[in-house]
Amino acid sequence: MANTKEVRKQIASIKSTQKITSAMEMVAASKMKRTQDLMMVGRPYSNKIQEVISHIATSNSEHSHPFYEDRAVKKACFIVVSTDKGLCGGLNINLFKSIVAKAAEFKTNGIDSSFALIGLKASAFFQSVGGEVVATADKLGDQPNPEDLIGLTKVVLDLHKNQGVDEVYLCSNRFVNTMTQQPTITQLIPLPAIDDENLINTHWDYIYEPEAAELLDGLLTRYIEALIYQAVVENNACEQAAKMIAMKNASENAGDLIKELELLYNNVRQAAITQELSEIVGGAAAV
Amino acid sequence: MSVIKVSVVSSNEEIYSGEAKMVYATGSLGELGIAPGHTPLLTGLAPGPVRLETENGEETFFCSGGFIEIQPNEVSFLADTAERADSLDEAEAIKAQELAQKELSDRDADMDFTKAAAQLAEAAARIKTIQKLRKNK
Repeated sequence: MANTKEVRKQIASIKSTQKITSAMEMVAASKMKRTQDLMMVGRPYSNKIQEVISHIATSNSEHSHPFYEDRAVKKACFIVVSTDKGLCGGLNINLFKSIVAKAAEFKTNGIDSSFALIGLKASAFFQSVGGEVVATADKLGDQPNPEDLIGLTKVVLDLHKNQGVDEVYLCSNRFVNTMTQQPTITQLIPLPAIDDENLINTHWDYIYEPEAAELLDGLLTRYIEALIYQAVVENNACEQAAKMIAMKNASENAGDLIKELELLYNNVRQAAITQELSEIVGGAAAV
Repeated sequence: MSVIKVSVVSSNEEIYSGEAKMVYATGSLGELGIAPGHTPLLTGLAPGPVRLETENGEETFFCSGGFIEIQPNEVSFLADTAERADSLDEAEAIKAQELAQKELSDRDADMDFTKAAAQLAEAAARIKTIQKLRKNK
């Protein structure tokens, strides 16, 4: 039977863990608000640019941009948005699982996959799993700077330009609410076609100033950058929400464990007292 | 009175969303006046002021590059950064201009030339916006 000292030590250690997890819960809760705000302020821009892009898609442009081209797919690139730190439950691993499943499905169709990774967790995962990594960006912090993502975006878009990859997917967690984060994989390139018949049947085109090619290239690059940036800030909000929930659960579990151990401690203590008493009584009877 | 829907968004903020009778902006090929019913146009946005004539007066913003999309009933400004002209600080802008000029003249410095030139253009546009705003008051 365990002795009282051992049990006491165990209780103390779990209590200190509980203190840490509940502190982390509070930190995550306060950060969650900020990251959600950041997610919200980015939305008008990405919505607007999406609208403009869809207008462009319906115009009868004299210039067709490579991003709209459907090529025979030999290679796909996944842009994976993950967190830098762990302790956020199954957030990252659920996303990675869906990506690995998708990559395996591609493989059976003869499509190779490569990866562009955002966040340290993705780098660590794909290092151990294997897979061709074309670019990484990490330590973006709670307030990511769009400029830190330009390098990674450029690598992927250049690959697409040089026929290195034919399709590009963006994989990140979508923020549904504090309790739910949904791993999603969206197709970036080729840009999904729009099938609003009313718009397609009307013949119109923009006047481009200066050249259509140059403008569309700039705008579409900006669009992809905006989507990736939005995914990163959304993933940040997911991270804090998931972390808060994970830490809350950890604190509760620690509480349960402490209760059980305290019961055990009392049992052990009572047993020791009973034994001592019976020894004394036995001793007195012998005399 | 016909109006045109205007929205000015930057990557981290929605600056303005509403209606205007007339919009003035600097496109990459020169000044633009946009009235309701304008033909569809897609162009770059040069650093400079964006002025709106609305029902209740005028609004001025400063945009530092981006894109303008014009539809007959709608104008969208996709700015890299945008701010309300009222909150621009002239002293800051002049300081930025001086810094950019210095870097431009000092070609040996690490700073690359095109970047310095772009910064100078932006600072100059900022000052222009402020001065224009002041004149209108």
